[in-house]
Amino acid sequence: MPGSRAKLPGLRRWWRVALLAPLLLFLLASFVAPVLMMLSRAVVDRDLERLWPDSAVALRQWDGAGAPPDALAATVAREIVATRQAGTLNQVANRLNYDMVGSRSLLYATADRLTAGSAGTTVRDLARIDPRWGQPGIWAAMRHADGPLTRHYLLAALDRRLDADDRIVNVPAEQAVFANIYLRTFKISAIVALLCIALGYPVAYLLASLPERKANPLLILVLLPFWTSALVRTAAWAVLLQTNGVVNNALQTVGLIDAPLQLIYNRLGVYIAMTHVLLPFFILPLYGVMKGIPPTAMRAASSLGAPPLRAFLSVYLPQTLPGVAAGAIIVFTLALGYYVTPALVGGGADQMISASIAFYTNQSLNWGMAAALSLLLLLPLLLMVFAGRTMVRTVPA
Amino acid sequence: MKSWARLLGIAALTASVAACGSSSELRPLTVVGWGGSSQDAHRNAYWTSFSRTTGIPLREDSWRGGVGVIRTKVVGGDTSWDIVQVETEDLILGCEEGLFQRLDWAGLGGRNAFLPAAVHDCGVGAMLWSYVIGYDGDRIKGPGPKSWADFWDVKRFPGKRGMRKTPKYSLEFALMADGVPADQVYPTLRTPQGVDRAFRKLDEIKPNVIWWSSISQVPDLLGSREVVMSVTSPGRLIVANRTEGRNFKLDWHGNIFAVDYWVILANSPRKAEATQLIRYMTRAENQMRLASHIPTGLTNVEANQRVDPKLKLDTPSDPANMVGALELDANFWVEYGDQLTQRFNAWVAR
Repeated sequence: MPGSRAKLPGLRRWWRVALLAPLLLFLLASFVAPVLMMLSRAVVDRDLERLWPDSAVALRQWDGAGAPPDALAATVAREIVATRQAGTLNQVANRLNYDMVGSRSLLYATADRLTAGSAGTTVRDLARIDPRWGQPGIWAAMRHADGPLTRHYLLAALDRRLDADDRIVNVPAEQAVFANIYLRTFKISAIVALLCIALGYPVAYLLASLPERKANPLLILVLLPFWTSALVRTAAWAVLLQTNGVVNNALQTVGLIDAPLQLIYNRLGVYIAMTHVLLPFFILPLYGVMKGIPPTAMRAASSLGAPPLRAFLSVYLPQTLPGVAAGAIIVFTLALGYYVTPALVGGGADQMISASIAFYTNQSLNWGMAAALSLLLLLPLLLMVFAGRTMVRTVPA
Repeated sequence: MKSWARLLGIAALTASVAACGSSSELRPLTVVGWGGSSQDAHRNAYWTSFSRTTGIPLREDSWRGGVGVIRTKVVGGDTSWDIVQVETEDLILGCEEGLFQRLDWAGLGGRNAFLPAAVHDCGVGAMLWSYVIGYDGDRIKGPGPKSWADFWDVKRFPGKRGMRKTPKYSLEFALMADGVPADQVYPTLRTPQGVDRAFRKLDEIKPNVIWWSSISQVPDLLGSREVVMSVTSPGRLIVANRTEGRNFKLDWHGNIFAVDYWVILANSPRKAEATQLIRYMTRAENQMRLASHIPTGLTNVEANQRVDPKLKLDTPSDPANMVGALELDANFWVEYGDQLTQRFNAWVAR
């Protein structure tokens, strides 16, 4: 790669750009742009502003101190009714519900009462419909959502929230979950990557040193996990690892253990199943690198008097490090996104962050939250990949 | 320059092929189910005969639920699905967001032709399903569990329990185990004290729970004796009894039931045919056929009256099974789902 950095004549450089342009444009349109659009939902917050334009203006004018002005209440009441009739109240109701649970039914019930003729020109009128209108919570939730940007989702992804006085506070202890899930996600991914290094390095070495006729069937074995579905693989691990499973029975028969070990539906099961699935992603790049190391290098080391271990450590190992780093980064990155396997073979404490992202994306439609969680997963990941690339480059080739 | 012309030609060709691929002209009416034995049953009961009698070809797809998938399709202009089987929360969220079409209820025979729970502006009930207690009759001999309090009683019934790793169902079952009558479960859960009470009750059983994520795990968990009893949907265990000679038993006390609905996507290019298929699938004589393919609750009132009583055993259609049952309150979960899922995930990891 360093060679490619050499100076190119201007024309040739443009030719290169032109050759790459279609692919880059395609990637930009089909991948980068949608990802950025989705991620922008973590901070862009225009639902209330779009559907309740007058209320949004009034909310921004109000300083948030003390009781809300009656003019604001009247505007909100009018726009509640208008959006209810237009069939768009759900968007505001769901947005406010993310900030203050219960807002959704509060807004719908209020809309029905207002439509049925209840007065709604003052805060006290609204508080007669539901006492929560007389409390600061719902008004603060509206102010947090008055657009065009919000801190709500990113704070929530860090187990924080804005209180009624706009101070950043911790969410109640029983609701604090994401910091733990992030740490867990990175820890599981790192350990799986280390396990892949430990298990994969000898295999790759064996594959690279065998003649092709013998290496190919082994390569197919390595690739086998690719061709089985996640559910089938998981079911197979269950058969092997469960309390009355093959492994426990075998260990008990030979007398190594007296009582069955808990090997699945806990963290151990997650490590085993994920390492199994991800191992090929480590072995293949390393195998490629090892294939490129001339066998003469080791022979030269021995002929110069290095004992085998010394020759391996100072001649062979450094040359394989780019492959190790590449494989480990691939495994680590892929592991960060896992959620089906941990869900199926893990226990209560093994859920990874992607499961939360999938929940907010698919089940609850809270895409702002999904975007915020994704962003907080993506940023450290980008940093690490960048660091990893630098490491690969600086390894002496 | 010639090569550029060729490149452009290839690009144009690729684009037109891609465009054709997504065009509705080339793709038949597409119906999306939940895969597995439920989709097999729908195919055998409805889809094959519908295509034969009407001459309308059908294409199948399957999914695992989640209205976000549909939002992505509709907002992104992907028109590859027409009819989808959805759960109640998906129905509520998708309908208010305009992802589904409003149904022509007169054409379906009127709202009164169906169970009240199966009627919605945007969807008509496809089937009624439940979560019940399942256990292995070979392991628990004599009287089995008869309530959620029994499910919680690890002294009388030692061994682990399988539960679904979601606050939905778990919190409801916990309150019922704590003595809350079915009709008071959701009013209780709407109060902070009620939620605390449910989590305290879950604390009691937590060390004895194996959490499952996919219903397909349940027959394995029970069959391998990993758990002694489990929250389950009845169908899987009944199928295992039939095909693998198992002796799984069900207890219906305090079961939670809900309806799956057929919806037509807002951007479906085949609305007329989709409407025709939904009418076909909800007609009494056709629904009665579904009951012979899979143990499930029917949504058409007339079908329920006329269907062979033997086919009602082990389904929510049997009135004896529904004494003290709880209808899933999807509105509650739409509103409280985010908060309680977050709290549940924190709790389950502790």
